[in-house]
Amino acid sequence: MTKQHELMVTAGSLQECSAYMDAGATELLIGDAVFGLRLPGYFSEHEIREAVRLGQAHNVKVVINMTNMMTNDMLKLLPDYILFLKDAGVYAIEYSDPSVLAAVKMYAPSIKLHWNAEMMSTNYATANYWGRKGASRIAAAKELNMDEILELKEHLDIEAQVQVHGMTNMYHAKRRLVESYMVHQGRPIKEGIIDKERGLFLVEADRAQERYPIFEDQNGTHIMSSDDICILEDLHLLLQAGIDSFKIEGFMKTISYNTAVVKAYRTAIDTYKSNPASYRFREEWLDRIRELQDPERELTFGFFYKEQVY
Amino acid sequence: MEKLLSKPKYQGKRVRLEKPELLAPAGNLEKLKFAVHYGADAVYIGGQKYGLRSNADNFTFEEMREGVEFAKKYGAKVFVATNIYAHNEDIEGIEEYLRNLYEAGISAIIAADPAIIEVAQRTVPLLEVHLSTQQSTINWQAVKFWKDEGLPRVVLGREASLEEIAEIKNNVEIEIEAFIHGAMCSSISGRCVLSNHFTDRDSNRGGCCQSCRWKYDLFEDAREQADNSTGAEPPAVLQPGITQLPLFEEDDHAFTMGSKDLCMLENIPDLIEVGIDSFKIEGRMKSIHYVATVVNVYRQAIDAYFEDPEHYELKSEWLDELNKAANRPLNTGFFYDTPDHEDHIYVPEEKAAPYDFAGLVLEYDEAEQTAVIQQRNYFKLGQEIEFFGPKGTFFKQTVTEMWDEEGQPLEAARHPLHRIRMKVDQPVAYFDMMRRKH
Repeated sequence: MTKQHELMVTAGSLQECSAYMDAGATELLIGDAVFGLRLPGYFSEHEIREAVRLGQAHNVKVVINMTNMMTNDMLKLLPDYILFLKDAGVYAIEYSDPSVLAAVKMYAPSIKLHWNAEMMSTNYATANYWGRKGASRIAAAKELNMDEILELKEHLDIEAQVQVHGMTNMYHAKRRLVESYMVHQGRPIKEGIIDKERGLFLVEADRAQERYPIFEDQNGTHIMSSDDICILEDLHLLLQAGIDSFKIEGFMKTISYNTAVVKAYRTAIDTYKSNPASYRFREEWLDRIRELQDPERELTFGFFYKEQVY
Repeated sequence: MEKLLSKPKYQGKRVRLEKPELLAPAGNLEKLKFAVHYGADAVYIGGQKYGLRSNADNFTFEEMREGVEFAKKYGAKVFVATNIYAHNEDIEGIEEYLRNLYEAGISAIIAADPAIIEVAQRTVPLLEVHLSTQQSTINWQAVKFWKDEGLPRVVLGREASLEEIAEIKNNVEIEIEAFIHGAMCSSISGRCVLSNHFTDRDSNRGGCCQSCRWKYDLFEDAREQADNSTGAEPPAVLQPGITQLPLFEEDDHAFTMGSKDLCMLENIPDLIEVGIDSFKIEGRMKSIHYVATVVNVYRQAIDAYFEDPEHYELKSEWLDELNKAANRPLNTGFFYDTPDHEDHIYVPEEKAAPYDFAGLVLEYDEAEQTAVIQQRNYFKLGQEIEFFGPKGTFFKQTVTEMWDEEGQPLEAARHPLHRIRMKVDQPVAYFDMMRRKH
């Protein structure tokens, strides 16, 4: 079996696109400032075309993130953007709101659709439902555990993508919570400097060691996980299960860090593919990642081995 | 109605022909009865599975049947929230559960996950499916998508403004339901897994532990500051080894994501005129006193508007009533503008509402001017109490005389659910409530 396992990474600039392709990424996730959500950087139309061109030269697919919460006003911009993406030759579009799905089917049915509802992409029946509506892939919720992911894959009629590395979003409000808090305290912060570059984080009283990044952008307030997922050690389980695409979340990370991460996963995937039977995880694949890892952020298995109650 | 039709209040605004539905929460069978008796056109409840309030009482199918029977007498409907985002393990059993709901006489389910929606449409096509607010739908194309999928109603995301709702109504013929009162997630519904991270409880399957209302400290990464290019003022003293800078001072309030509660009572004409078909009150975990009071007030406001839209005026006693049940400060959510610093709660919260539910009227004896009261909270002679009932019945009095079931005079009503006869100043009726200030 020569199953293709894609290695996707988010990219914030053309420079990042090149670096990650060289490191072994086979899919790039990028987007613009209107429809994109929590991306490491926003691409202009010119840059999207350029990214697609770069990708084609390396046999790398460009996927456009359009998972932002859709408003009536944004609907007006939707047809032109989809038509542009079709013309630019992007491979797929990630959607969460049905309005995006409907527009892609109407204006650019050749573009593939990836269903990514973040923490709401939680089961195979719903994924298959979106599959019947035209989606070819589910980006699974990061809060699923390994058993759930394996069972999901088993029952899917469409491709499965799993985030294997990086931070995750914990909370998204359309409200401006940092700005509101600082105004409340009588110390307003100038607009534009409470974005993700500012390095703001929350600490909860009973979890003094955990730093939860928080920032504001045009879409509201976002709170991120205090740890970074790293499933490299157990990647073989996902490879064996036939997961179609592994996602590296490059958000709020440096280009050198993400390059090291892509290389490590590339090595693991290639090693597995060359001989699945003799595949063994090697500790040294993690060396470079550990070297560059923010000491304030732990590398963990995320929710892969957690049991949640409700 | 003719008057309204011939002379629209606002030029260009949509003119409504029908009253909106008043939809109330009912955490258990008793609350359901109060909600309906106090004027709800429909109630929504939770069953044993697939709901987002795993801590609530939640109805058995038998209780649902009884609730439906009770509601029917008032011409009211019962909906069931099946609004989780299902995991693989939840899929088996959906079909059977939905069949049972339908057989119990439930009119609609409120669902967010297509895994549940599809099964409902296939197996119990006469059970209506309303799209839950958990889908955070705030644009008309998405609303149209769900209409085309066969759903008769969409509950909008709490982020929709009145203007956006108007545009949705203008573009799609479908019932629109919106929250008009109660507690709110400050996050976009569903887009919060704080509970999952902090306590391993799955918020989107009912495990939410309200981490948004916890207290946090806001810091800035000092390492970012050291090589900052943001234009921010560098800290005066940046000592080696210090990796975080507080963005608060000693006496400051903690950072929190907690929102004030929604209250649209002062804006009823706007809600009606924009064409919202169902006015939804939040609060399956709230008390009987809360549900009855809030429903009662909105019922009166809606009825008053339709009686005479031209001369409709907000009554101050409605607001007074609401405040007796409220346990948080109130605001208007996203209807007019994005919430700001005045719309969040930074100070410690008062947990209890200012009034207690003291007793329930079971009988009234006109000749004797006494009522039989079922005790719900402690009260005694000499205390001032209030009676209230549906349609705004209301009076205050002092507890002057009361007796136990044997006719022995009582100083105080100490025991829950005891039947007490007491002197009342004005006529009361079964289901009227008696409340007392703390």
